[in-house]
Amino acid sequence: MKHKVDARGLSCPQPVLMAMQAMRANGSGEIEVVVDNEASRENVARAAQSQGWSVVVDDLDGGEFRLSLAKS
Amino acid sequence: MARGVKNVFATTAGIVAVGAVIGLVAAFLQKSGNPANMAICVACFGRDIAGALGLHRAAVVQYMRPEIIGFVLGSFVAALAFKEFKPTGGSAPLARFVLGMIAMIGALIFLGCPWRVILRLAGGDGNALFGLVGLVTGVWIGTLFFKSGFNLGRTQAQSTGTGLIMPLLMLGLLALRVVFPPVAGEAQSGVLWYSLKGPGAAYAPLLLSLGAGLGIGFLAQRSRFCTMGAIRDVLLFKQWYLMFGFLALLVTALIANIILGQFNPGFEGQPVAHTMWFWNFAGMLVAGLAFALAGGCPGRQLFMSGEGNSDAGVFVLGSLAGAGIAHNFGLASSPTGIGPHGVSAVVICLAVLMFIGFTNRK
Repeated sequence: MKHKVDARGLSCPQPVLMAMQAMRANGSGEIEVVVDNEASRENVARAAQSQGWSVVVDDLDGGEFRLSLAKS
Repeated sequence: MARGVKNVFATTAGIVAVGAVIGLVAAFLQKSGNPANMAICVACFGRDIAGALGLHRAAVVQYMRPEIIGFVLGSFVAALAFKEFKPTGGSAPLARFVLGMIAMIGALIFLGCPWRVILRLAGGDGNALFGLVGLVTGVWIGTLFFKSGFNLGRTQAQSTGTGLIMPLLMLGLLALRVVFPPVAGEAQSGVLWYSLKGPGAAYAPLLLSLGAGLGIGFLAQRSRFCTMGAIRDVLLFKQWYLMFGFLALLVTALIANIILGQFNPGFEGQPVAHTMWFWNFAGMLVAGLAFALAGGCPGRQLFMSGEGNSDAGVFVLGSLAGAGIAHNFGLASSPTGIGPHGVSAVVICLAVLMFIGFTNRK
């Protein structure tokens, strides 16, 4: 099952901390992170890529973003 | 719709360019009349605005600094242009007000915000090394709180009108500066107070200061430039993105100061600085921890307030109140050393920060 992280309404460092925690806990697989501001989108994407995870970003309604992190 | 990262300023090259531009602009503003080794210090200029409004009556630090106004409005324009203006708020506003107050009090014990730590170092002021160590220590304590679950809570969407309050407030301050300009030899012009000597009497021409502020506000909004975040992200995640901006600012300002003859290495007699090393360290430790808990350095708080973030706006207003308190109650330092109640201020501020830190862990 895909691990989901809801970081809406939170500003950095919380979204990155939550995503990092999920990446560490899972090791690999798929993680979905939802954020609601551009800075968090960039920071989570940057952090995930630095950990070797691929990142695909989808724009959602209301200025929210879904980041799909994957590592095999 | 899938997409990649397309914000060119949010790249390593982008943040380095932004840091370098701020460093150059700072050196140039100093050459054009702004105070030495202060140039574009966010805390100092916030304190000067508090003085211009009469929130404190320290006669040497009163001027309606257009740079600060430009920071918010430049960020506001960038946020509008790139569809990032988003009115939010409601994440522990009162705690953020207090954090803003404490951050300003700590910064005024050191005599500068993180931006000025860098600019003082770039001007050769060795006392700023103790401020830098204090800043890193304060932010490091902040990361310990984050690791133990510190969180001021989620924001909620706010009305467009609420998001516009800080940009409108800045427009109002700009209007005051235009309607009541400085008059030679007069300490008051209409409702505004003006320094006749000291750092408050040193300023670049209005349009230059405002233009510099607008430009930096625009670039910083795009790149998320943050001096506290630079240290925090390295300590917490080993992420160097923001630190590259921090270092670019230091290196560029240093080179520009050497070229412009503004680099004077030493400890004694440095501009608007004192040599009490422990209190330089402790003041910045207090400020650094307050910035960390609030999620941004004073510059970043201004930029976020321009994006419609009213929590950041509350922090900014708290810092203006803090400037008033720091000078009215003798907490702020001067070039001769710490104020009569500076030591008590450090102890009380640290205690309040610990209270906020320990009671907001989720």
